[in-house]
Amino acid sequence: MEKVFKGRVWKMGDDIDTDTIIPGRRGTIPEMKEMGKYAFELLRPEFASESKDGDIIVGGKNFGCGFSREQAASVIAINGIKVVIAKSFARIFFRNAFNKGLILIESDGVQDACKDGDTMEVELNKCIRVNGQEFPVKKIPDNLLQIVEDGGLIESIKKRNRALKQREVN
Amino acid sequence: MANTLVEKILMKNTGIKHVEVGDIVISHPDMFMVHDIYTPYLYETLKEMETEKLDDPDKVTIMFDHCLPTAVAKNDSVHYDAGINLSKKYGIKKVHIGEGICHTLMHEYHYAKPGTVVTATDSHTTTYGGGGCFCTGIGTAEMGAALTTGELWFKIPSAIKVILKGKFKKGVYAKDLIETILGDIRSDGAQYKSIEFTGEGVKNISMESRYTICNMGLEAGAKCALFPADEKTAEYFDMDLKDIEWVKPDEDAKYERTLEYDLGDIQPSLSCPQGVDNVHGIDEVKGKKVQEVYIGSCTNGSIEDLGVAANILKNKKIAPYMKLIVVPASNTIFKQAIELGYIQTFIEAGGVISHPSCALCCGMPYGLLSDDEAILSTANRNFIGRMGTKKSLIYLGSPAIAAVTALNGEISDPREYLEAEA
Ligand code: SF4
Repeated sequence: MEKVFKGRVWKMGDDIDTDTIIPGRRGTIPEMKEMGKYAFELLRPEFASESKDGDIIVGGKNFGCGFSREQAASVIAINGIKVVIAKSFARIFFRNAFNKGLILIESDGVQDACKDGDTMEVELNKCIRVNGQEFPVKKIPDNLLQIVEDGGLIESIKKRNRALKQREVN
Repeated sequence: MANTLVEKILMKNTGIKHVEVGDIVISHPDMFMVHDIYTPYLYETLKEMETEKLDDPDKVTIMFDHCLPTAVAKNDSVHYDAGINLSKKYGIKKVHIGEGICHTLMHEYHYAKPGTVVTATDSHTTTYGGGGCFCTGIGTAEMGAALTTGELWFKIPSAIKVILKGKFKKGVYAKDLIETILGDIRSDGAQYKSIEFTGEGVKNISMESRYTICNMGLEAGAKCALFPADEKTAEYFDMDLKDIEWVKPDEDAKYERTLEYDLGDIQPSLSCPQGVDNVHGIDEVKGKKVQEVYIGSCTNGSIEDLGVAANILKNKKIAPYMKLIVVPASNTIFKQAIELGYIQTFIEAGGVISHPSCALCCGMPYGLLSDDEAILSTANRNFIGRMGTKKSLIYLGSPAIAAVTALNGEISDPREYLEAEA
């Protein structure tokens, strides 16, 4: 998959909870695209309309805490965000995110090196570059990136199963 | 490089030579467990994924314990049917219907072996860490994917080391220790972390007690809670100690935090309404009236637990109007308890015996509480309404506290009782 992402920084603080990401009352909207319009509606009302593919969210501690609402990861991904960086993530959110097609990177330090609106470049398995500074990142196994690239866990397994079937037929 | 126990187990499973906290690794779990609560969702997920074949059906077990025998006519049969359909469609042969609580069966059947990686669709999967097994709960989507591919990714957690010294005094048990720890580190104190027990005190703790401790490690948010493997582990699993000796943390492994407990200093303790980490020593709680006592669950339904309670209740009668419900955690335990005369003791003391299952622990029959009733339960959670109405109160304590409380009709100190008996 693509290994480099470049975009504007959406800077957020500590303890961004799943309700901030998508308010509970929006959680029943049946269409994910429609629901995505309300991502961060209370904290950053302009997010859904202004965010572009490749943009990067930079949060503080405990990003994604709160409920185990799986849509929280989906509404971020549907707005074109591929990478969220934070000092730490809530456990359930961490697992959900990859399974919904979002890459999470733990990094403590970039927060001080950038401000909202800056341009940032993330080279997977290598480093984050922003304002002339570089921050190393941990490696993410290929199989996991494959899930992200396939658009999430269910899609990825489906794709794999179909490929398997085709091979069996041929 | 020195590694924690969780690192060592994941390194062995993945073949990766060097790992550190925060690394993501892809494991091949040795065993998967699905219990009846999740069977319909798993069935649907696999269908959505278009999975026709599982990676290895012999590594999968389905256990019916939460909804069996059926308590809610319509709902529970859905879970039952879905479980049977899963087993038929995917050739899963390790099916256990009504044999007891899933977590107890997982170690009784030796499915969760020392040094292996096991995962299940339930939060209290941490239990098997008592036998030195890395085990943690996952959701149905991930279970579906993992059953299809045989793979599951984990992030290497940071770890808390708990050094145990000495021996429990009379009347003090594993439950008191883990509740004391919960009171100290609170319900989020081990979020996403591994709790690893070490020290010379470990050898003085039975296998049953280790399972109790690791079961409740989850209540501190732990990803897993692990005991090292020793002679007791080898005996329980009928294994050669030499083969599992490696299942212990390295001497100089790096821990985020280290706690130390002298087992001799632990006091009988209770989790009070309504929070597992709302822990108080017995002195602060004793005298509180309760209407019901429940001895059972995957936390404290072992033969050792039933024995502790039976010894206190032998030739005694429970307090007038007290409801005492005893649920052996598995059929094997049930049979042992019959042979050892414990069941006779409970019945003669005035107790009611229920079939091995989750029973009251997850609000299933029998014994649900009504408003303003209070219960002393040996289970692991006292969330509001878990065992009845929202206005019922749940105290969590050891089987010994449970037994003396049943006798006195109010929360009592087992030490006083055991001393008077001696
Ligand atoms: S006994 Fe209680 S905690 Fe244990 S598996 Fe059953 S419902 Fe869950």
